[in-house]
Amino acid sequence: MDALVSLVLLLPLGGTVLLLGMGKRIGEPLAGWIATASVAGSFVLTAVAAVDFFEGGAHGEVIGWFSWLPAFGVDAAFLWDPLSAVMTLVVTGVGALIHLYSIGYMHGDPGFGRFFAYMNLFVTSMLILVLADNFAVLFVGWELVGLSSYLLISFWYERPAAASAGKKAFIVNRVGDVGFLVALMLVFASFGTFSFESVFERAPEVLDTGTATAITLLLLLGATGKSAQLPLYVWLPDAMEGPTPVSALIHAATMVTAGVYMVARTGVLFELAPVSAGTVATVGAATALYAATIAIAQTDIKRVLAYSTISQLGYMFLAVGSAAYVAGIFHLMTHAFFKALLFLGAGAVIHALEDEQDMRRMGGLARLMPVTFATMLVAWLAISGIPPFSGFWSKDEILAIVFGRGGAWVALWAVGLLTAVLTAGYMARLMYLTFFGERRWSDDLHPHEAPATMTVPLVALGVAALVGGFVNTPWRLGLEHFLEPAFEGVTLAHPPEGATPWVLAIVTAALAVLAIAFVAQRYVVAERRPAEEGRAWGLLRAGYHVDEAYGGIFVGMGAPAATWMARDVDQRGIDGLANGVGWLTQALGRWMRPLQTGYVRTYGLALLAGAVALLGWFLTRAGVF
Amino acid sequence: MTVTPGWYMALAAVLFVIGGSGLLLRRNALIMFMSVELMLNAVNLTFVAAGRELNVLDGQVSVFFVMVVAAAEVVVGLAIIVAVFRRRSTASVDELAELRG
Repeated sequence: MDALVSLVLLLPLGGTVLLLGMGKRIGEPLAGWIATASVAGSFVLTAVAAVDFFEGGAHGEVIGWFSWLPAFGVDAAFLWDPLSAVMTLVVTGVGALIHLYSIGYMHGDPGFGRFFAYMNLFVTSMLILVLADNFAVLFVGWELVGLSSYLLISFWYERPAAASAGKKAFIVNRVGDVGFLVALMLVFASFGTFSFESVFERAPEVLDTGTATAITLLLLLGATGKSAQLPLYVWLPDAMEGPTPVSALIHAATMVTAGVYMVARTGVLFELAPVSAGTVATVGAATALYAATIAIAQTDIKRVLAYSTISQLGYMFLAVGSAAYVAGIFHLMTHAFFKALLFLGAGAVIHALEDEQDMRRMGGLARLMPVTFATMLVAWLAISGIPPFSGFWSKDEILAIVFGRGGAWVALWAVGLLTAVLTAGYMARLMYLTFFGERRWSDDLHPHEAPATMTVPLVALGVAALVGGFVNTPWRLGLEHFLEPAFEGVTLAHPPEGATPWVLAIVTAALAVLAIAFVAQRYVVAERRPAEEGRAWGLLRAGYHVDEAYGGIFVGMGAPAATWMARDVDQRGIDGLANGVGWLTQALGRWMRPLQTGYVRTYGLALLAGAVALLGWFLTRAGVF
Repeated sequence: MTVTPGWYMALAAVLFVIGGSGLLLRRNALIMFMSVELMLNAVNLTFVAAGRELNVLDGQVSVFFVMVVAAAEVVVGLAIIVAVFRRRSTASVDELAELRG
């Protein structure tokens, strides 16, 4: 078991090292196949290693590699339990498909080898994150994920927009990381250890509510950065500057779920701090609705999906905040399937239209790209929560649990319901603008179906998005039984008994169908189609001008401070000090230069004078004079 | 009249002063070199005299060291002087003042 799980990590790591060193020489397409094989191999090994968990009853085990920071008692150790197994399966499974897709998508790119090296690095980092056995290793994965995200967003670094989007993602993530780091310090100050097992075991005795609230709120700050929640979501829409497979892998399926995973993993701490848990749920619900409204008006197909990702991550936060950890992880999994599929489908469309991302210049592609269309259709129905597609099962489980908690939670449920309706609506708009209606692209384009390396992953993800929901249905709680051992110390919230969940689910699905019908009725009939103009559309399209506001506040205040540091402190202060030392030495040298006459007799005389002076001193000391 | 150690010391002092004066006053590198040798040997004389007076071997041992170093120095020094003379056709040290600051 140890060796298997270690290999799961080492395979992509080996791929990274090999491709970083020799990626250019290995070249296309072998580099892509090596990367794909390493991740696919990882997936197979994970599945083999997880067999015990499927049989039920098996508990987690710790795989120690070496003692890393003995002073803090930190080992480089990994935790293999059902939760990390599910995450590893999602990361490597979806990751392998996206790697395969990238072989087709990145065809002909000069940075082909570099791309796959970064992709493998990302998978490695994510695996470190989800397999970590203590907060320190988790933090390493957390930061490495941020790094690989930065490298991949600014993969086409010649484009200024891509380069600055990468920087934006990195810097916004750092803001969240500050919270995460301080939370880790608090954990160590309270427990004297970073190990998950001992922290969670002793948490109820060691932590008072105040400390628990502080730690969990800081953890939440870190999670909002990595998982693009309010108020730190701003980097994710810009991250669409990266190649589309990157958006699918990192900014939809895996990296952004790190925050959700982290909250689920530290569920014991959140249980001790109801205020924090409530905050998590509120942030999630608010983000879900907020991002959904912005997604309505976006014209860039990838930006619609980006805001939709933020919105869906909001659902997951709502779930883990309501102690519905299984439902949260369940939605994380189904979302990974259908959102990766949506992004890859969008990538195929973008590819076919020669890098056109504006939906206003798409349309009528359904017949030209049948496979892409069919799979996107599945993903659309899944995200809209239409039964029996996967999104229906996971989203409605979350909503049912939130509703079942009663009180103020019903308000959060209403927000979630509204979001579900909006989601169905804006996704219908996306589907219509892309695949139906008249052709709005120029005549010299000849869009055609993508190559097999791209369609095979589409079909595979399509199947997963179609049937993925059946792992955890109300009559067969497969995932819940699977995950239960990982949530031993936590009280899991369950959907209310009886017919309530069914009624809620039918209501949600019916409203979603109504929303789709409304959009269809408005868009399909040409005369009634909204011009998408006016102040409200503009406000939504600009994302409520939050970017500008952040720019005004933080750049507006930061720029003068940075200028002051650069000019007054650095150039005048520190450089002045260094130059001053140089100037002093020069002046001293100029003053002492005449001493060197170049005549041997001068030196001889000086020597003699010195010898006489020394002799005189010795004689004086000896008392002769 | 016995020759006491004082006489040796006096002779050494005279030789040392002659050597020192030669070094400071002469311009010819070869002569200056010989003056240096004179000074070294004046010191050697004090060493052996003192060693004999105190009845220890240290004085003679020191002299051997000085002689060895002096021999090595002669080899290098003479080579330099010859090389300079070949290039510049002069052995006057005053004309070799390139290191003036």
